[in-house]
Amino acid sequence: MLLIQCPYCDDALPELEFAYAGEAHIDRPKDPSALSDEEWRDFLFIRSNVKGVHAERWRHINGCGRFFNALRDTVSDRFVTTYKAGEPRPDLSGKEPAQ
Amino acid sequence: MTDFRVEGRGRVNRAKPVSFTFDGETYRGFEGDTVASALLANGVHLMGRSFKYHRPRGVVTAGSDEPNALVGTTRGKGRFEPNTRATIQEIYTGLTTESQNKWPSLKFDLGAINDRLYMLFSAGFYYKTFMWPRSFWDSVYEPLIRKAAGLGKAPTEVDPDHYASRYLHCDVLVIGSGPSGIAAALTAGRAGSKVVLVDEAAEMGGTLLSEPSVSIDGQPAWDWLASAMAELDAMPNVRRMTRTTATGYYHQNMIGMVQKLTDHMGDVPEGAPRERMWRVRAKEVVLAQGAIERPMVFDGNDCPGVMLAGAAQTFLNRFGVLVGKQPVVLTSHDSAWYSAFDMADAGAKVVAIVDTRESVPQALQNDARARGIPIHLGQTATATKGRLRVEALRINPVLNGKVGAGRVLPCDAVLVCGGWTPSLHLFSHTKGTLDWDAEAKAYLPGHKTEDVHIAGAGRGLWGIAAALEDGTKAGADAVQSLGGSAGAATFEVADDRTGSGITQKELPTDRSPGKAKAFVDFQNDVTAKDIRLAVREGMKSIEHVKRYTTNGMATDQGKLSNMNGLTIAADALGKEAPQVGLTTFRPPYTPTTFGAFAGYHKGAHFEVTRKTPIDDWAEENGAEYEPVALWRRAWYFPQAGEDMHKAVARECKATRESVGIFDASTLGKIEVSGPDATEFMNRMYTNPWTKLGVGRARYGLLLGEDGFIRDDGVIGRMRDDLFHVTTTTGGAAQVLNMMEDYLQTEWPDLKVWLTSTTEEWATIALNGPNARKLLQPFVDGADISADAMPHMSVVECTVAGFPSRLFRISFTGELGFEINVPARHGRALWEKLWEAGQQYDICPYGTETMHVLRAEKGFIIVGQDTDGTVTPEDAGIGWAIGKKKLDFVGKRSLDRPDIVAKGRKQLVGLLTDDPKTVLTEGAQIVADPNQPKPMKMIGHVTSSYWSEVLGRSIAMALVEGGFDRMDDRLHIPTETGGTVTAKVTGTQFYDPAGERLTVE
Repeated sequence: MLLIQCPYCDDALPELEFAYAGEAHIDRPKDPSALSDEEWRDFLFIRSNVKGVHAERWRHINGCGRFFNALRDTVSDRFVTTYKAGEPRPDLSGKEPAQ
Repeated sequence: MTDFRVEGRGRVNRAKPVSFTFDGETYRGFEGDTVASALLANGVHLMGRSFKYHRPRGVVTAGSDEPNALVGTTRGKGRFEPNTRATIQEIYTGLTTESQNKWPSLKFDLGAINDRLYMLFSAGFYYKTFMWPRSFWDSVYEPLIRKAAGLGKAPTEVDPDHYASRYLHCDVLVIGSGPSGIAAALTAGRAGSKVVLVDEAAEMGGTLLSEPSVSIDGQPAWDWLASAMAELDAMPNVRRMTRTTATGYYHQNMIGMVQKLTDHMGDVPEGAPRERMWRVRAKEVVLAQGAIERPMVFDGNDCPGVMLAGAAQTFLNRFGVLVGKQPVVLTSHDSAWYSAFDMADAGAKVVAIVDTRESVPQALQNDARARGIPIHLGQTATATKGRLRVEALRINPVLNGKVGAGRVLPCDAVLVCGGWTPSLHLFSHTKGTLDWDAEAKAYLPGHKTEDVHIAGAGRGLWGIAAALEDGTKAGADAVQSLGGSAGAATFEVADDRTGSGITQKELPTDRSPGKAKAFVDFQNDVTAKDIRLAVREGMKSIEHVKRYTTNGMATDQGKLSNMNGLTIAADALGKEAPQVGLTTFRPPYTPTTFGAFAGYHKGAHFEVTRKTPIDDWAEENGAEYEPVALWRRAWYFPQAGEDMHKAVARECKATRESVGIFDASTLGKIEVSGPDATEFMNRMYTNPWTKLGVGRARYGLLLGEDGFIRDDGVIGRMRDDLFHVTTTTGGAAQVLNMMEDYLQTEWPDLKVWLTSTTEEWATIALNGPNARKLLQPFVDGADISADAMPHMSVVECTVAGFPSRLFRISFTGELGFEINVPARHGRALWEKLWEAGQQYDICPYGTETMHVLRAEKGFIIVGQDTDGTVTPEDAGIGWAIGKKKLDFVGKRSLDRPDIVAKGRKQLVGLLTDDPKTVLTEGAQIVADPNQPKPMKMIGHVTSSYWSEVLGRSIAMALVEGGFDRMDDRLHIPTETGGTVTAKVTGTQFYDPAGERLTVE
């Protein structure tokens, strides 16, 4: 079972306390009505499905209840780092774990 | 009966005899014996029949890797366990065991006919033999296979034992208590680390228990072992656990361990848990699991009496049992020579040491000659003689690849060793890579993904001195990784038995290899021939070979068979072993009880049952229950002699005619408060909220961003900055999650607070023309007259003296109120209303009546009449959308091309031509019942009931283009082959004008 660092509780806690919440950094458009059907489709359904480091949202649902973001390696299932909602994706260049 | 116990050998407690039964016969052993060692001491090798061919089988190993000696054990009702390894189960007085896979008896088993029919059961036989004719599959083949298949008998009674579960945190977890594990634990323990040392056996020591002749630091091995244990036990930072198997290695050094607590006890303390699952989070892990001996593959290698040489050495030194008095040793590794020496020294007449190698260290040969043991080098084994017990081994010289003339060596045991395989199952669980070591001819640990150290034979080292040294290093490395440092320790080892050997494919033979039954996987009855056949039939990958032949797929997960199978498959493919690859080991390491995984989660603790404050009253008044999400809800309240149909008809009638009382406490409730509460509600829900006055309520509809209905519920405005939101019973948590998501991540600027209040309120619904008359006398602080409190309004007041949020709303179409009071007052209020309601013949009703009443009005239930692909327009509730709002969650999707397209499924009513016919919910709908099959299905029935007030059945359905089919007749094929015809209607079946809401 994974340990996940909650950036709000500042503690590494068991996976059971957390819930996955989809890909991160997909902002809801400010004015959805201005979007074409294709743009709206992409916002709704198109996800990156990366093999490797993936930015995703988690919620500390059985803890503080906060949503936060994480970089997780989808190959090894390991968390690289977690960060608060609203913060930019951390630059990992040169720090990516070796496969 | 011959006694095979050797005086002065072994560690069993001779002062404590123990008797137990096997297949009805009573046997004697000693405390410390396993079923296997005690049976062997009585000269019993035959312990079971094989899975497929029902061949007689004896014990092969002395440990958890045992493939053959699987027995059923029982200690009374509900405590039968199949497939217990006889080499693990300790004996106690009263233990009852039985052999498996035999009928009528172990010695004469009719199922052994399969052995003569082996042509039918070759590799992939499932896919071949039972293919044709197709019609035979259901009626003949499958029942036959099901009857014959399965290892042992599944228990049929409820397990009366209970199972415990605990967490454990430590610095260094050492798995395996052989010399390397002990050295690691000593090193880390002395450095002050919090150490846990575990072993699956009843006693610690591992290899040392089988090697008493070695001396360490001037002490005999067993004395050194005792002092090492004493030192570990004296350290407060070290914990030792025996009978504890590390079954799985999970992320971030979490290890699952199962500790057997009572299976070895004659008298089990009352209430003691049978097993305990430990979830260990270790900062560092040392794997010191040793190596597993490889059998040799040759014709007849499964005959009882053929066993691993190392196992024979263990049975002798640890249990004081000679597995045979005239053994032949057949080996390709030096280690078996020492087994032969120990056997000879204990009084056995070793017939010969047969080695497949042409050259063997001279010192070993000298030691053998000194004991008078004949030596045959450069040999192969080509047959065994004997059926229930081996009587002879046929060996042949091999010269320049040619197999010479055979000679027969009479014997009562054949002790084999085909080399050693590092035990890396747990390491494999971590996705650590296993790299082929050409020199060791074995896979050794490569890239590591966890904070783990592998020590000793697990990484191909051999001998006790090497194991101690390597274990010390692993312990020191672990301490260093933790930021500490460990003192250096060295061990003086004398009489160490080091050595080496080779591994090989099936042994060459002078006979037709096609007729040889040279077993690779004993438990699944897979032979070398099967593996070669699989390769011939096109299986190129070891994963395919494994599945086609089932090699390594038995409960032992191929501990003995995988490497031999791989070597043979590689040979058949003309490749080197590393090019063929390796199959993956998965948890659990050894078979594990379901009880250990379930732990406390059984019976009433299996799942939470949520109960309302009024639940007790319902139970006392005879309610039948139904589960709704995690809640149990009163379903209906049958009176004497009533079935559900009659009870629901009565409840419906009573509610429509006078007044019904309903426990609606399970409805989800969320308090949305804060200065931006209105803006938040406008963005979340489809409806407009700005103009909803304080004290008014509105039906709220929640969509997903994809435009589909997610939830609904009545929402009351308590203050300018406070909404009382209700959700569906099952949707409460998801709605709150969705609200939190938008609030936290999309609109963090909004000043809004969300609070789940579902369990703070008890909610009682009163419905029916007499609802107000009943309620009015209880209300203080509010005027609930029709004029002062219109439909869809809410007021804060007291009801029967309890503070209340009182809604006038209706889910039945009748005049209705929902009274929310603090949960602790729920039952008291219910009883007051119940008592006062007697004058109106008040009727309690359950969820079924609630469903019927709402369906008569065409009110949808999200999740029943919608399924995640239904838009507000599809459901006929487009009126709930605030058309002037610029945005809300899901709004943009309502213009998506496929949402506005024609032919979407729409919610309509169905009235069957025969009013007595009640359609089946979920039934499919077709336009033309005479079309050829497969018919085009245009929709399905979502809700269907008998309506007492209408005197006929009613139904709702999602139908393609349903709104354009009004008055059309559609057809619903039934399970029995008939067809029901129904007319398409609107969904408001009863009181479409809504006049009953406003009765005075």
